[in-house]
Amino acid sequence: MAVVAAPRADQEFASSTLVREQASLWRDGLRRLRRNRLALISAVYLILLGLVAIVALFWTPYPTSAIGVAQIYSGPSGSHLLGADELGRDLLSRLMAGAQISLSVGLLSAAIVLGIGVVVGLTAGYFRGWVDGIISTVINIFYGIPALLVALLMVTVLGRSFTNVVIAISATVWMDVARLVRGQTLSLREREYVEAARASGARSGKILFGHILPNALGPIIVAVTFVIPSAILFEAFLSYLGVGIPPPTPTWGAIASEGVQALRLSPHILLFPSIALSLTLLAFNFLGDGLRDAFDPRQKR
Amino acid sequence: MTQPVLEVRDLSTHFFTDDGEVKAVRGVSFEVMPGETVGIVGESGCGKSVTAMSLLGLVQRPGKVVHGEIMFKGQDLLKLNKEELRNIRGRDIAMIFQDPLSSLNPVLRIGFQIDEAMRSHDKIPKDDISQRGIDLLKQVRVPDAVHRIKDFPHQFSGGMRQRAMIAMGLSNKPDLLIADEPTTALDVTVQAQILELLRDLNEQTGAAIILITHNLGIVAGLCRRVLVMYAGEIVEEGPVEQIFESPQHPYTWSLLRSVPRIDSNRQDRLLSIEGLPPDLIDLPVGCKFNPRCPFRIERCFNEPPVIENVADAQRAACWVTMTRAYDEMNAATITDTSPGAASGVHPRGRRPAADLTPAATAETLSD
Repeated sequence: MAVVAAPRADQEFASSTLVREQASLWRDGLRRLRRNRLALISAVYLILLGLVAIVALFWTPYPTSAIGVAQIYSGPSGSHLLGADELGRDLLSRLMAGAQISLSVGLLSAAIVLGIGVVVGLTAGYFRGWVDGIISTVINIFYGIPALLVALLMVTVLGRSFTNVVIAISATVWMDVARLVRGQTLSLREREYVEAARASGARSGKILFGHILPNALGPIIVAVTFVIPSAILFEAFLSYLGVGIPPPTPTWGAIASEGVQALRLSPHILLFPSIALSLTLLAFNFLGDGLRDAFDPRQKR
Repeated sequence: MTQPVLEVRDLSTHFFTDDGEVKAVRGVSFEVMPGETVGIVGESGCGKSVTAMSLLGLVQRPGKVVHGEIMFKGQDLLKLNKEELRNIRGRDIAMIFQDPLSSLNPVLRIGFQIDEAMRSHDKIPKDDISQRGIDLLKQVRVPDAVHRIKDFPHQFSGGMRQRAMIAMGLSNKPDLLIADEPTTALDVTVQAQILELLRDLNEQTGAAIILITHNLGIVAGLCRRVLVMYAGEIVEEGPVEQIFESPQHPYTWSLLRSVPRIDSNRQDRLLSIEGLPPDLIDLPVGCKFNPRCPFRIERCFNEPPVIENVADAQRAACWVTMTRAYDEMNAATITDTSPGAASGVHPRGRRPAADLTPAATAETLSD
């Protein structure tokens, strides 16, 4: 056998002047997301909706609560693009303001659910034992109570307001995220890099938020994008039933509820908020699907 | 005489499972001198890794260190509270794991992870950390370290990942580095580079190394002293050359005979150790190796052997020892290594092959 000197490692790679792409998991996922047309359209729609909601803060074609700016029950026309409702209020203005309410409820609930779910889930998954036992029991109890009942009770006891609706929604959907994070943590805490971090003397907090959470972030983000539409739908549902945000605040659910009463006379009052609600829910769900596909490692192509 | 950096006395770690108490490590004692390289060898499941994890207090439920003391620089690690122990981990005793891919967090940059080991402790001044990260990566011979430190683990090759792990281990200038099968997941040429690196670093930094492996070749290449573990106990220990030259425990002897040697006689058969390691819940009475030992005698079934000096600096736990086996049982010429074959002891009317399961061969040892 010829005597071959083992190549020194640094020579081996010395010529690596190749431009290396800094492809992180995130960039990889976003690249896959961009290829998903439906998710992309949904994202564009949601961005536009967000812009509309922001614009509605400062300007709407007519004041949202101004009565009699149009003829009552009048259909779409040049000066009132989406027509008017039973009090002669401009429907477009009210829908724009409704978008703002819906998005705020959705995002705010999602943020609260995210905060509670992550902290509770990480705690249960990481410390296991009796801590996990208690938390899991609480989660199961919350699952056991019908969401509508909780919401109705809360609104009845605390009163109808934007804040109380958000609290009621958060109280009924936080378990999904908590359970997901718990499961992720239970599996991630056994990974060798967690062991390695522990062996290098990292503190528990650092291991939780520095090592476990970043690895669970993909599924968490996906779960949260599904929390948003369910919160929006739940808010619309409560408002439709008349236990949501009190009038005259124009929420999509409340407008639809008014529209049902005038369904024979002027169906557009029900139609337009329903379309807005449906499109928004679809968009969030498509985007969530797209995100899941993009960040699910099992579907890597 | 210098003080040992680590002194383990009568360490026992058990796992309390639903099936019973798994006595994974039982009464292990050894010491490591400053700057020394010690190998721990044995089959899979013989307690090597559990011993290492016990040293750092990393044994997780249902496992528990039930007995013993671990003296490290004058303090018993088993008596420290969580925070004191955390301060030792990674700072004074560092550990390198088997699989460098799964030991690095995939979503964090290499440099961040190396720096993190230093930020967890205050041994390295904060201002020096990022520069030291680059220097460490250079020291473990990762080329283009300045740029590579910003890479993610998946952009590193297997060998480079293990280098990065070693850099993390060395970052706080530990007194002791525990390497748990550091080369098992790597291919052979890279193994050689990593071993060479560990040897150089041992000389440069003076950190003692405990190397855990089932590969005898790696022990021979890196270590000065070796501990042979079987079924949770140390069955033999001594200087590497001496043990390779004249092993005294039949298990060590069998292990060495099961490794192909370039200088062996072509006619010699490669021997395997028949049977499997014992069930750690329900251990054999007497010597734990007796169900597989070709040289067993009656006494092996009744009394557990005590580890005692068998030669200068060499200790073994065996009632027979290989010297006697060579003298009285023709150990030099036997080809049949089934249990009791050389000594003719098949106690309690049991047929010799009755308790045999398919043989653990050289393959299962080195994979």
